[in-house]
Amino acid sequence: MLCGRAKRPESPVLSGDIAASLPAPRPLRLSQRSGVFALAALVAGLSLIPLGFIVVVAVTSGWDEMMRLVFRPRVLDLLIHTIWLEAITLPVASLLGVGLAWITERTMLRGTRWWGALMVAPLAVPAFVQSYAWNSVFPQLHGLPGAVTISLISYLPFVYLPVAAQLRRLDPALEDGAAALGTGPAAIFWRVVLPQLRWPICAGALLVGLHLLGEYGLFVLMRYDTFATAIVDQFESVYNGPAANLLGGVLVLCTAALIGLETLLRGDRRYARLGAGAARQPVRHDLGRWRWPAVALLAVVAVLSVGVTLATLLRWLWIGGAAIWRVDQIGAALGQSIFYAVLAGAITTLLAVPMAWLTVRAPGKLQRGLEAAHLYVGALPGIIVALALVSITVRVALPLYQTAATLIFAYVLMFLPRALTGLRSSMAQAPVELERAAMSLGRSPLVAIWQTTMRLAAPGVAASMALVALGVANELTGTLLLAPNGTRTLATKFWALTGELDYVAAAPYAVLLIVLSLPLTVLLRRQADRTLRA
Amino acid sequence: MSLLSLFGVSKRYGAVTALDRATLSIEPGTLTAIVGASGSGKTTLLRLIAGFEMPDEGSIMFDDLQIAGPLRVVPAHKRGIGLVAQEGALFPHLSVSGNVGFGMKSRSDHAAVDALLEAVELDPAIRTRMPHELSGGQQQRVALARALARRPKLLLLDEPFSALDAGLRANMREMVKRRLMEEGVTGILVTHDQQEALSFADQLAVLEDGHVVQAGSPRELYLQPRTEMLAKFLGDALLIDGMVRGGETDTPLGRVRVGRATADGPARVMLRPEQVRLVSWSEGTPTAEIISASFEGPITMVKFRAAGLTYTLKVPSADAPLQGRASIVLIGTGHIIPQ
Repeated sequence: MLCGRAKRPESPVLSGDIAASLPAPRPLRLSQRSGVFALAALVAGLSLIPLGFIVVVAVTSGWDEMMRLVFRPRVLDLLIHTIWLEAITLPVASLLGVGLAWITERTMLRGTRWWGALMVAPLAVPAFVQSYAWNSVFPQLHGLPGAVTISLISYLPFVYLPVAAQLRRLDPALEDGAAALGTGPAAIFWRVVLPQLRWPICAGALLVGLHLLGEYGLFVLMRYDTFATAIVDQFESVYNGPAANLLGGVLVLCTAALIGLETLLRGDRRYARLGAGAARQPVRHDLGRWRWPAVALLAVVAVLSVGVTLATLLRWLWIGGAAIWRVDQIGAALGQSIFYAVLAGAITTLLAVPMAWLTVRAPGKLQRGLEAAHLYVGALPGIIVALALVSITVRVALPLYQTAATLIFAYVLMFLPRALTGLRSSMAQAPVELERAAMSLGRSPLVAIWQTTMRLAAPGVAASMALVALGVANELTGTLLLAPNGTRTLATKFWALTGELDYVAAAPYAVLLIVLSLPLTVLLRRQADRTLRA
Repeated sequence: MSLLSLFGVSKRYGAVTALDRATLSIEPGTLTAIVGASGSGKTTLLRLIAGFEMPDEGSIMFDDLQIAGPLRVVPAHKRGIGLVAQEGALFPHLSVSGNVGFGMKSRSDHAAVDALLEAVELDPAIRTRMPHELSGGQQQRVALARALARRPKLLLLDEPFSALDAGLRANMREMVKRRLMEEGVTGILVTHDQQEALSFADQLAVLEDGHVVQAGSPRELYLQPRTEMLAKFLGDALLIDGMVRGGETDTPLGRVRVGRATADGPARVMLRPEQVRLVSWSEGTPTAEIISASFEGPITMVKFRAAGLTYTLKVPSADAPLQGRASIVLIGTGHIIPQ
């Protein structure tokens, strides 16, 4: 209702004259978006800190030094390594992710729920634990084949999960409509379903690509040099900033190329379903004689992605017996892992909301820039983010050096892309008309967004929190550098023990990392399963 | 005193001008239909009034207060203007009573929710249903009840009947009209269906390429359209060239009265088909040579030639000439389209 209304002159011409004659400052136009914009810009600004750090280092290290460090055969080698890795892994991961999601979501196979859970399970196993286990079973698997294999089994869920969620939500009426137009099931998949999976496929593949650029532990153990491993080597051997940081600069350029490619492929078409009410249950297909090949594919992926590692860990546990279960140490590490995972998950998701909303509701060039600022930071190796925060806290804010706050801030920066890509896919599902309806019913813009879009995106929000928490629980490099003295998370303790070649003692930590992450993956699937019904 | 007035409102999206200096005023207690082809800017106009977009130029006054313009911009949620969207836009996560109560002060006021549901001719027993369990018509009724719950002075209806089937549509239209009149709510209906507009509204505003081409009573717009496009948009029209002399016009179809004040000279005259009668032929009258007649139930499409030109006319089947010749009789006043 209109409150505090002032009597305006009756003639419009008169009011126009008054407005024209007043030298009043241009009135504040409170756009619905300006607040959200400001928040997203703030988060984007914070995200730019590590990049800013690298730029500062590059500028201060001088042109000659930069040329010497960047234009050399070694950097070209690393670039070729990176391109091979991405060019093989991404198409295969997309193909497998869509195929597996379709099998678990759209076929009448028995136990698709369980298969679906198995497909997400690798999220609970850190990549460095995977490659460690594989190393001890198949030591001959290394280099590019090893790197691709472990990358695929570790990161496949990043494509599978959003694609499966989208498959669950597609309006079956579209497929019915296509069938009524005389389109066969295969053609429907190509012409109706697949185009609508473009966003989640692109979002998922981007996430995989970013992990490939940033992962450290996996590639060290697979003896495959990438920029990330080279940067850490450089940092550890000479403790010499510029070389590592300039390599980081090249890595940032690679990230920019990858994001550009994704934006190009994704397009800015709106996929929100118009109309009210929840969608019906999607149709499931009978696979007929393709049933067993489909089951075989699921089984092979499951065995490779979780079977091998679990078997290896069980062997270690068997060898170690009861002696390796040091409850005091393990308990402390567990508590700290949970503390950081939960807190960072909630904060990161919250901070990603403004950007996700802008991307979905008000796409534009500026927004794309802000989004890139949110996303790029996830591709920086943990060590770059950590390095930046170490340098800045030491120089500018010493009291914050090696505190929990700084560590959580580092997690936020590292996992912002995870939260954002998950959020934006699920927010794109809520029609903008609902926000408008809520506003016309007296809700302020922010409240309207909260009560409609955010409410409907709740499964996506939960999924984002879980994804971030999983990442934090498994994060290694940044934690090693930034954690307050005496902090021992499950991941850092595991790495320390394997570094001492004490594989057996490390086993309980690896198992706990997995056990801790399992409820999160289950929760995440259940949340995504929940329909929009209240 | 107008309830809502738009003064020279413009809105551009990049290079596209969606609305170009649109001016319109709406009296309290009236029903206005905004019609126009798709892309004519009617949805933009509605969104500017609702407050989801800000005008680039011009101002909007509502209830004696500037709600958009150089003086101030009142955000959508403080305007107190109701909205019923195209397909209802019910909140899928809330029940019917949750939706209806969404904008009410006391959200658990069952009696008030029931009264609103009854007012839109729904059985209050559906209170606990979820939106996806409702038919399209029921969803629209709930959306209307939800908007009315806040007792808005002005209600915007964004093609709310377009998703409904024809029988239901007329029914809903009558119900909405009755509701708005009884509650004394001013209504603005956006539609591309001129039939719907003519039967719903006291006032019609026609948009073309972002301009308000003409606004007035449906009768005025139907009989005295300002442009040819408008003449054709609101129904079948015969557009003929004639020569005005002393308040009358000579046309190939015969002589017809036009306004006294019309200047002499050549002019373009519009006649509605119902103003043209074809009667049994008699000597010395304007003659129609029937070319063909196709029966379409209550009306028959008659194609004829008069003074060398060919015309097609809808004629009541009961007295439609089927062949031969007929005399043309023109009824009422011809309308001169300003050039």
